Amino acid sequence: MIEKQSLRVSYGNALVELGRKDSRVVVLDADLAHATMTSIFAKEFPDRFFNFGIAETNMVCAAAGFAHAGLVPFFSTFALFGAGRAYEMIRNSIAYVDANVKFGLSHSGLSVGEDGGSHQSFEDIALMREIPGMTILVPCDPIETRKAVFAAAEISGPVYIRVARPIVDTITTQDTPFVPGKANPMRDGSDICIMTTGLMVPYALAAAEQLAAKNINAAVVNFHTIKPFDNQCVLEMANKCGAVVTVEEHSVIGGLGSAVAEVLAGNSSARFARIGIQDKFGRSGKPEHLFKEYGLTAENIVNQCMALKG
Amino acid sequence: MENINVTEKARRIRGDILRMLYTSQSGHPGGSLSCVEILISLYYQVANVDPKNPKMENRDRIVLSKGHACPALYAVLADKGYFPREDLWTLRQIDSHLQGHPDSTKTPGVDVNTGSLGQGVSIATGIAIAAKHLKADYKVYAIIGDGESQEGLVWEAAMAAAHYKLDNLTVILDHNRLQIDGSNEEVMDIGDIMKKYEAFGFECMKVNGHEIDTITAALKKPVGSGKPKFVCCDTFKGRGVSFMEDQFGWHGKAPSEIEYLDAMKELGVDTND
Repeated sequence: MIEKQSLRVSYGNALVELGRKDSRVVVLDADLAHATMTSIFAKEFPDRFFNFGIAETNMVCAAAGFAHAGLVPFFSTFALFGAGRAYEMIRNSIAYVDANVKFGLSHSGLSVGEDGGSHQSFEDIALMREIPGMTILVPCDPIETRKAVFAAAEISGPVYIRVARPIVDTITTQDTPFVPGKANPMRDGSDICIMTTGLMVPYALAAAEQLAAKNINAAVVNFHTIKPFDNQCVLEMANKCGAVVTVEEHSVIGGLGSAVAEVLAGNSSARFARIGIQDKFGRSGKPEHLFKEYGLTAENIVNQCMALKG
Repeated sequence: MENINVTEKARRIRGDILRMLYTSQSGHPGGSLSCVEILISLYYQVANVDPKNPKMENRDRIVLSKGHACPALYAVLADKGYFPREDLWTLRQIDSHLQGHPDSTKTPGVDVNTGSLGQGVSIATGIAIAAKHLKADYKVYAIIGDGESQEGLVWEAAMAAAHYKLDNLTVILDHNRLQIDGSNEEVMDIGDIMKKYEAFGFECMKVNGHEIDTITAALKKPVGSGKPKFVCCDTFKGRGVSFMEDQFGWHGKAPSEIEYLDAMKELGVDTND
């Protein structure tokens, strides 16, 4: 049982495990194999690893070509340079033809830290959500990351897996269900529901603990799949709790907060607030300092929940 | 090689292109008319394809990276028997399988979606890498435009083609020298394209892009092991219709009734044929 691991290491290990089972699986990287950790796969399967150099748009189209030829390409680079720089290639060359290409994009969100605003992607989920037929998985820990890789391989068509850089605690177990499109309740509660995803899941759980001490019974739901979205879970929890707070390491525009808002609008009278990046760019700093600066803390979640219940 | 009169074939394909564009009142005549001989060479004399089995596993892949020239591709595919010729007159209309730009999910015989420039040749490169990996012996042909070669992606793909030693890939340039806003030279000079591809590691040839047998000879000429091939086809935009020829204004404009009738008369194709 792994207690702590970077999601990207878990991603690299999962690719190797998957690669052993399915010879059609190949991995493409754009000179970042030692950062995305596809280097683990490259070492095990040098003939099935393709470096495309620093040319992400070509790598997307090449992946479409690989899929056309019957391979199952896993495409990796930083989230911003895949989902951002090569957005239109993902839309036209991959999703438009429902090509069976899997994107495992790392270094998403604020947790990139010191590299700063040019490398911190707060909009990748928003960009991918706009694309018809795209599945979006946002694992919260090493175990979920492995499950996401295997789930992606099972899905026919394009899948986006959002992988984060830092070493994080394991908070789920092998037995925790991971069904794409089905949100995971992590903690039961009836006063307010914290809906969260990815690295923010443990922060939400910590906030729920603190709220319990204040006699607020907060539920926590892990939306490891942003698309297809578990609308039913959102409505059920909103009706049950009457108040919803979303928490994500992504812009509040276009990500989980928007997805929840789209479900609630016209369907629920629950009170609602969104925690995430508030329409801003990032900057350099240690991830823990940046999380504090941008309000991605258990303390801020507690305060927002209190304010909403107030 | 099929025993056909390819010159006659080219004349009829041009007639079909004009009829499609006239009927739908939409589409790109200039770049369609310039690549007719390239497509005829590929589909009738070079590529291993089977209209009765469009998904044949070891078929050669033909990628029209300059996707806006698809009326020419559709006319050739219909003539080959991939779908009925009558379908051509539904071009760009709702419920037609003939989209404004090639769509592999809708049109039999189309292998790759193109239209967003630069992406087709890049996908073709990916197919060629995958074919080598899978030890498949089919070949991949990508037809690009000269305006298209202004896309950075074209050169990312070229670099990868040399790096991965893709002697199963041929990039064919329909070099008609014109684009939407004017000549290449005026809009964005592409310079000596032969030298550029040579520098990128391709084996390069230059041919008259309206001589089918010459194109075929270049496409069939063996290349050095590990070298991708580049065939620069010198062509004229709007070829075959005097008032469209070498006119950038005919890039994306459908002919009026009078223009259509004049063009068909000049080609010697009966509009009811």
